[in-house]
Amino acid sequence: MVSAIKESKGDKLFLVLVYLFLTAALIVVLYPLIYMVSASISTPKYVNSGEMWLLPKGLTLEGYKLVFGNAKIWVGYRNTIVYTAIGTLINLAVTLPAAYALSRSDFVGRKFFMIVILVTMFFSGGLVPTYLVVKNLGLINSMWALILPVSASVWNIIVARTFFQSTIPKELQEAAHIDGCTNMRLFMRIVLPLSAPIIAVMALFYGVGHWNSYFTALIYLNQESKFPLQMVLRQILVLQQMGAETNGAVLNGDAASLAASKAEIASLVKYAVIIVSTLPIIAVYPFLQRYFVQGVMIGSVKG
Amino acid sequence: MLKASQEVALRTQLGTTNRKTSWRRKILHNWELYLFIAPCMLYFIIFNYVPMYGVQIAFKNFLPVKGIAGSDWVGFDHFERFFHSYYFWDLLWNTFSISLYELAIGFPLPILLALAFNEIKNGLFKRSVQTVTYAPHFISIVVMAGMIITFLSPSSGILIRMIEWVGLQPASFLEDPRWFKTVYVLSGVWQSAGWGTIIYLAALSAVDPQLHEAAIVDGASRLKRVLHINIPTIIPTIAILLILNVGNILGVGYEKILLLQNSLNIESSDVISTFVYRSGLLSNQLSFSTAVGLFNSVVNAILLLTVNRIAKKTSDNSLW
Repeated sequence: MVSAIKESKGDKLFLVLVYLFLTAALIVVLYPLIYMVSASISTPKYVNSGEMWLLPKGLTLEGYKLVFGNAKIWVGYRNTIVYTAIGTLINLAVTLPAAYALSRSDFVGRKFFMIVILVTMFFSGGLVPTYLVVKNLGLINSMWALILPVSASVWNIIVARTFFQSTIPKELQEAAHIDGCTNMRLFMRIVLPLSAPIIAVMALFYGVGHWNSYFTALIYLNQESKFPLQMVLRQILVLQQMGAETNGAVLNGDAASLAASKAEIASLVKYAVIIVSTLPIIAVYPFLQRYFVQGVMIGSVKG
Repeated sequence: MLKASQEVALRTQLGTTNRKTSWRRKILHNWELYLFIAPCMLYFIIFNYVPMYGVQIAFKNFLPVKGIAGSDWVGFDHFERFFHSYYFWDLLWNTFSISLYELAIGFPLPILLALAFNEIKNGLFKRSVQTVTYAPHFISIVVMAGMIITFLSPSSGILIRMIEWVGLQPASFLEDPRWFKTVYVLSGVWQSAGWGTIIYLAALSAVDPQLHEAAIVDGASRLKRVLHINIPTIIPTIAILLILNVGNILGVGYEKILLLQNSLNIESSDVISTFVYRSGLLSNQLSFSTAVGLFNSVVNAILLLTVNRIAKKTSDNSLW
């Protein structure tokens, strides 16, 4: 920051240590990520023997072919996209108006509503009572079981409320009221257009949550055709069951595939499926990182 | 003069009623705001408060046919059964030790990283390290578990190969109960340490540059400035996060553990929340597992309140 004065020897050494520490952190985090990308396009023989340890060896796209040829993965992908899109829309429709109302100092009862919301951060019914509610609503085995029980998050409501409080000038709202503008018009025509950054942050936080969640699907869905991608991944990565289809496709396929052992195919598919499922988020993440960070910062100011 | 005093008298006379009508007017005028918050309230009532009402089945013998209200009361029977079960102390120990292990390693690391980030200039290096270390935060738990299983696979895992290259004998990390906690904690640190720096970086950005300038003039070294300016600035943030973490010490989540759990490591990987899931949803002991879950949240609440009180007494930092 201030480098007008010459750095002493001790300071230089200190800085070197800081750089070493951060470089170490960089390598530790980056290595597994690079390894997975490399492994997904390498020949399994080299991957399993450890000959491929950083850069791809024996380039092949067989893993991706198997992944894209697997109907289960496609169904999971489609389900996840549907659940994420609808779920995020509902999240926004619930969170934004509520957060706006809570940001208004002339909103009688906002303290009460705030307490109602905050209490749920510290007390909850727990797994079984929540499950019973979902069951009694008849949502078992329906996509709404993955969406409605997570319609809003306390944290995101607070972040959005803080944003509205700090960026929408009070004068603007007063002027609008004097001109006879209703609250609905004010919110739709003035507040929302001014709030693009917070809408992006909210959509991202909620969207990533839907995309990555598996547990609600595990407890509420029992029909495979409704499984989201993460449940399909669980079968492949954790339970180590490949769809019969993929194995079948290989057995009926060309000679090269026939020669490959079952274990090798499994390992090929594993890396490819990790990349394919994480790609949408990893691809947009560097562009949206700023917004994510902003969201956490807005939250921590009030936190 | 007369007019002014008259007005004052009139105002004091009408003051109370005026305030009341303006209050009422505010509600009427802002009726749409109640519409705005209605879906949100409906959500919290249905999916948070109704389950809280349902917690009473912990004290009942819940039968779905009879309903929550109609089932018979059994008092603390389920709790007693849990406390006297042979697995009670194992569950409690696993939950506590995983949490403490996670706290001991996962809590200081983001602070160190943030302090280090703060020392170097904004530039390509800083930005790349930040982008890379934040990225694992967005990897799903299932993929994370898949990575752990793949990397630690005895036949083909790259981490196993690396340990062999160094000349050591690799353990069977996923089957040996002694290794489960380390695998769980270190993978968690890998995934979340980078993201955890953001909140500290926000706090560090509030440091007044003049403090540093004055310290430099006085001949303070970088290390001294970190110790005496940067760290004191983020102490309140550290305190609040520490309180929240300790308050959640029995709140080890089931999502990642369930994926890594197997019959060989269950001795050290079974925690209260995974037990609630198994006994409640898989074995259908609804009342019993609700009681176990309730025990868990009551302990958490007591811990949170205690730590908060201690923090308040010993320093000025507390949640409320």
